[in-house]
Amino acid sequence: MSETTVYVPRDATALSLGAEDVAAAIAAEAGRRGESIRLVRNGSRGMFWIEPLVEVDVKGTRVAYGPVAGKDVARLFDAGFLAGGRHRLRLGPVEEIPYLKKQERLTFARVGVTDPLSIDDYRAHGGFRGLEKALGMAPGDVVQAVADSGLRGRGGAAFPTGIKWKTAADAPAGQKYVVCNADEGDSGTFADRMLIEGDPYCLIEGMTIAGLAVGATQGYVYLRIEYPHAQRVLEAAITQASRQGWLGGNIHGSGQSFHLHLRMAAGAYICGEETSMLESLEGKRGQIRYKPPLPAIKGLFGQPTVINNVITFASVPIILDRGAAFYAGHGAGRSRGTCTFQLAGNVKHGGLVEKAFGITLRELIDDYGGGTANGRPVRAVQVGGPLGAYIAPSQFDTALDYEAFAKIGGMIGHGGLVVFDDRVDMAAQARYAMEFCAIESCGKCTPCRIGSVRGVEVIDRIRAGIEREKNVVLLRDLCRTMLDGSLCALGGMAPFPVLSALDHFSEDFDKPPRRAAGRAARAVS
Amino acid sequence: MKVKPRTLAAPVALPPHDPGADLKPEIRDAVLDVSGRLGRLPGALLPVLHGVQQTLGYIPSESVGLIANRLNLSRAEVHGVISFYHFFRTEKPGERVIYLCRAEACQANGCAALETHAKKRLGVDYHQTTADGRYTLEPVYCLGNCACGPSLMIDGELHSRVTAKRFDRLLGIGAAAKESTS
Repeated sequence: MSETTVYVPRDATALSLGAEDVAAAIAAEAGRRGESIRLVRNGSRGMFWIEPLVEVDVKGTRVAYGPVAGKDVARLFDAGFLAGGRHRLRLGPVEEIPYLKKQERLTFARVGVTDPLSIDDYRAHGGFRGLEKALGMAPGDVVQAVADSGLRGRGGAAFPTGIKWKTAADAPAGQKYVVCNADEGDSGTFADRMLIEGDPYCLIEGMTIAGLAVGATQGYVYLRIEYPHAQRVLEAAITQASRQGWLGGNIHGSGQSFHLHLRMAAGAYICGEETSMLESLEGKRGQIRYKPPLPAIKGLFGQPTVINNVITFASVPIILDRGAAFYAGHGAGRSRGTCTFQLAGNVKHGGLVEKAFGITLRELIDDYGGGTANGRPVRAVQVGGPLGAYIAPSQFDTALDYEAFAKIGGMIGHGGLVVFDDRVDMAAQARYAMEFCAIESCGKCTPCRIGSVRGVEVIDRIRAGIEREKNVVLLRDLCRTMLDGSLCALGGMAPFPVLSALDHFSEDFDKPPRRAAGRAARAVS
Repeated sequence: MKVKPRTLAAPVALPPHDPGADLKPEIRDAVLDVSGRLGRLPGALLPVLHGVQQTLGYIPSESVGLIANRLNLSRAEVHGVISFYHFFRTEKPGERVIYLCRAEACQANGCAALETHAKKRLGVDYHQTTADGRYTLEPVYCLGNCACGPSLMIDGELHSRVTAKRFDRLLGIGAAAKESTS
């Protein structure tokens, strides 16, 4: 009998839910029964409520079973799952699961599909085709293709990638750099982690294309220390790619060079800010730099540097491979292509949803997310990380494109959506936003360093019912100062969650007795 | 007039400056080994500090002088970097470091209750080590496991949907430790 391929994810979230036990149990059980299997440790499909998600290749169709625990394995074998047999955990062909089927996976096309570290598998699924095309193009044409695709920075700032690359390409210098910002610090986001763990060559390919386009021969990935699984995968992938000639002094026999290095961060949220990250890469405190000069002109070690987020770089190979027009054919308004939304917090069907821009929050939270995990009503959703506004259900019909969302005072950021149920205390959330800013401020500018501490104090006074009206005015004034006076987005955006909580959930800022009464009233209504 | 040429006193032989002379051998060896391997990287300080912390579990304050010397930096620069980053520690941690996520996505799933339980169970606050030296409790702002919170990481392993009971079981403490692990 020919061997059957069985997939068990090695994604960090899948592992945290017991995927290692499942993989070991499947290997042991197959050995015991004399079944010939090939166990592939893939990335995650991004449907975390059914992780660990085991897939079996049945005549070319991948049949899914999940969530599987180690103790289910023997019964799965009894049910003939290696031939796609019936079992209560059987979910059918994985690509027919509506959550996945309805998505538009461009950047994440291979995540969960391939063996992350197999270059053969990567190439069999279209990998390195973008790089091969780029090697045959003039650097200026590569930059133009990225510009034409309409790709904008997926890290949060949404700056047009083509313009950034052109600036760096035009800057004369002996040494230029490409830096990938993989310091994914926003709560509610895990797309960078999933991509690195599930398809690391895609990031390597995107960065190499950037190097060719702007004339940079050195690249760095700045990865969070909180992601040890991603670190191991990326280290192995860089070694493999170098060994097989996809990185190094002679990329795929072209005579061009690009050397990639992995650097680990050290737990400072601010180092996700690009200039702060550069300081950190240079071995310094992660204090932000004044801009200008732009990093594209004077960046790492004072040289022209292209800095993009993981998802931005990982979107480049498909743009080169399928063409700028294909990519730009997705999306809405000036937000072209797809966005990797991450459903997080108290949500029934948490995971990764890659969709073209223009989808509404309601579709994401209700249709994909299925509401809260515990069935209580959704009260608020924080979009775009700890510096993003809290959105009330009355605003859920807003389309998620950069401009439309900005109109309601929100920002898409890195695409994280954190769902809260009706028990959330929004004044406590506002306090946390200020507290977080105080903990993570780099200390360079006063509005952020001092303002955040004062913000916590003022919110404490409001919550204690001390001169509430006066202190609310003071808090709004403080927020204004931070918004206008901070040097970077940390102090400059920390007021967004605070102000949105004040605007939409002001009842939570009332004195404690009234707040309790308000919650009770909501619970009965 | 004849001037008698002045004879110079023989130079006093100063001992070569060794900022690591007073260090415990294991600390000195760790710093010299790591700085020898990584010290020439561009912007080497973070990789070197990671290396020292990985070897020793922390970056002893007394090693700052030697690290600075090996990298041709000032002590202030090295100290400034260590103190800036939350991950670096200058005190020896417990045998196991527990990283408990307290960011928004975990808050939405009730991490505040877990936080209270963990502090009570261990009898320490954040950044502290239990009296028996077994556990250090650290807050962390996101482990990238945001759809399955509350999350924690211990010994480099990530755990999802951590309840108070599961916390005890993971640590092997309290009544829950006697139950079978799932």
